[in-house]
Amino acid sequence: MRRAFAIARAEMLILRRNRWLVMATLIMLAFSLALSFAGSAPTGTLGVDMLTVSVASMTTLSVYLAPLLALMMGFDAVAGDRDRGSLALLLAYPAGRAEILLGKLMAHLAALAVAMCIGFGAAGAVAAWFGGAGAESLMALGRLVLTSILLGAVFLVLGYALSALSSGATAAAGLSAGVWLVFVVLYDLGLLGAVVMDSGGVFTQKIFPWVMVANPADAFRLWNVAASESVALSSGMAGAASALPAWAAPLSLLLWPALGFLLACAAFRRVEP
Amino acid sequence: MDNRNVPPGGTAGQRPTAPLGRALHAHPAAGPSPQCSKSPLQIRALDKFRGKTQVLHGIDLDIAPGERLALLGHNGAGKSTLIKAVLGLIRHEGGSIRICGAAPGSAAARAATAFLPEAVSFHPALTGHEQLALFARLAGEKADIGALLERVGLGEAMHRRIGAYSKGMRQRLGLAQVLLGRPKLALLDEPTSGLDPISRQDLYAIINELAEQGAAVLIASHALTEVEARTDRIAILRKGVKVADDTLAGLSAQAGLPVRLRVQASGAEADRIAVETGGRRINGASVEILCRPQDKMEELRKIVAMGDAVADIDMVPPRLEDLYRHYSGEDRK
Repeated sequence: MRRAFAIARAEMLILRRNRWLVMATLIMLAFSLALSFAGSAPTGTLGVDMLTVSVASMTTLSVYLAPLLALMMGFDAVAGDRDRGSLALLLAYPAGRAEILLGKLMAHLAALAVAMCIGFGAAGAVAAWFGGAGAESLMALGRLVLTSILLGAVFLVLGYALSALSSGATAAAGLSAGVWLVFVVLYDLGLLGAVVMDSGGVFTQKIFPWVMVANPADAFRLWNVAASESVALSSGMAGAASALPAWAAPLSLLLWPALGFLLACAAFRRVEP
Repeated sequence: MDNRNVPPGGTAGQRPTAPLGRALHAHPAAGPSPQCSKSPLQIRALDKFRGKTQVLHGIDLDIAPGERLALLGHNGAGKSTLIKAVLGLIRHEGGSIRICGAAPGSAAARAATAFLPEAVSFHPALTGHEQLALFARLAGEKADIGALLERVGLGEAMHRRIGAYSKGMRQRLGLAQVLLGRPKLALLDEPTSGLDPISRQDLYAIINELAEQGAAVLIASHALTEVEARTDRIAILRKGVKVADDTLAGLSAQAGLPVRLRVQASGAEADRIAVETGGRRINGASVEILCRPQDKMEELRKIVAMGDAVADIDMVPPRLEDLYRHYSGEDRK
């Protein structure tokens, strides 16, 4: 564990040095603020406070942005060191490969957490200031930040796995873009197509919600939606959320980082520098 | 006392250097294990395959504490593969490797081993000091990072980013991490590539210090003239087979390579000398004679007997370069 912290410390320095931390925070801040203001129109019609609407908009934003930021940090984790030629030396030191990945994960996750807290926090504060906030909408904001970090963790470890499996950093970057596209865009399109074809049959009733929640991006969306009625109302996802038990989405989103980490470790162990 | 740790000319040894022991170790190092005091590195019948091609064939190799071994061979002869197998970075298919009695890649083996990769590189965003601090934490050593970087000549650059370092500076940083934590076995892959002559002197001075502290040092190299005078033993790999493993003198004796006598004739006597000695005219006034080491004195007496016809004699014993050519198979027809 001491060695994992040593790795985390160096990785944190690197993230600060190459401006990653600043860039990620600025991106989160800019998009959150923009969405909060743009999405403030329907407040009156839905009868909820502005922070609730803002959280619903930011949930949609986070589905796209959290995986993207995480993959951009993760794809370089193993392949970058190998391309540079510094991996062999690192592995000659008495740190296990799981320890190395854990150290990188701690640093990357901390950076994501900082970006999420500042970005969503600032947008939430602005929304609350102008449009009011209640206990429930504050809870929803906290949940959004925590689940966004979890979603980031999923795609960080997936990025590590891709990084270890691919032949170089460039290939890892390409694979990461593909994974992002599949999980965030194509998966939902495919499901939508299947539901339309099925036109309200057994698939739509029984299977579709489970297939949907198996995708971490959708699990993230469902968790945020199901936990807050008003968010569900303003994001229009109440239907799918009500068909599943309450534990399904949290379980999916908690299981993914753990399984992904094991996958990344297994892939990293096969790497011969 | 033997003199192997005194570099030729004494230049490197005379540099004012901080005593390593004090700079590096704030806490007393654990005593060497019994296997370490006998044989830090023990390789037996090592086989390694890449796909279907065998890249290492039954390698046996031992290095004693304090011994400096030069591992020579062409590109692709298996030097780096052998080092990676010892580090446990790649699996081997047959034979065994023991580092201080431990399996390669085990925690004990990694703690006992220091490694300098060929063309070493680091993350460009970290400073030299930060990078070395990371390595010290990974190794569990409480080393004086600043003193260590001063020692390798990076005192002024230690808080600059590695991205701004020259190749030689990166190599020095690589060397600094080798010195962390009193290794029992140091594996140096082409340590002098990219270094200027002064830096090379420094590097060998540091290697000598490592050996004096009892580390077994393996130097994989192409720079034959360098390692010739600065190592205790020479092993040569050819296409994954160890074809030689002895001291320079031992290799010379086994190879039986000829001694080269170069006779400079006075006046126009060169032709006569060439005919009488069976030598070869190499320019207007010189004759080159190749003879077996045991015939050397006989030849010399013949030449001396020629009296005034001979102006000068140079005698060149076989160099490592000749031996390397011999053992690595270049002059085997």
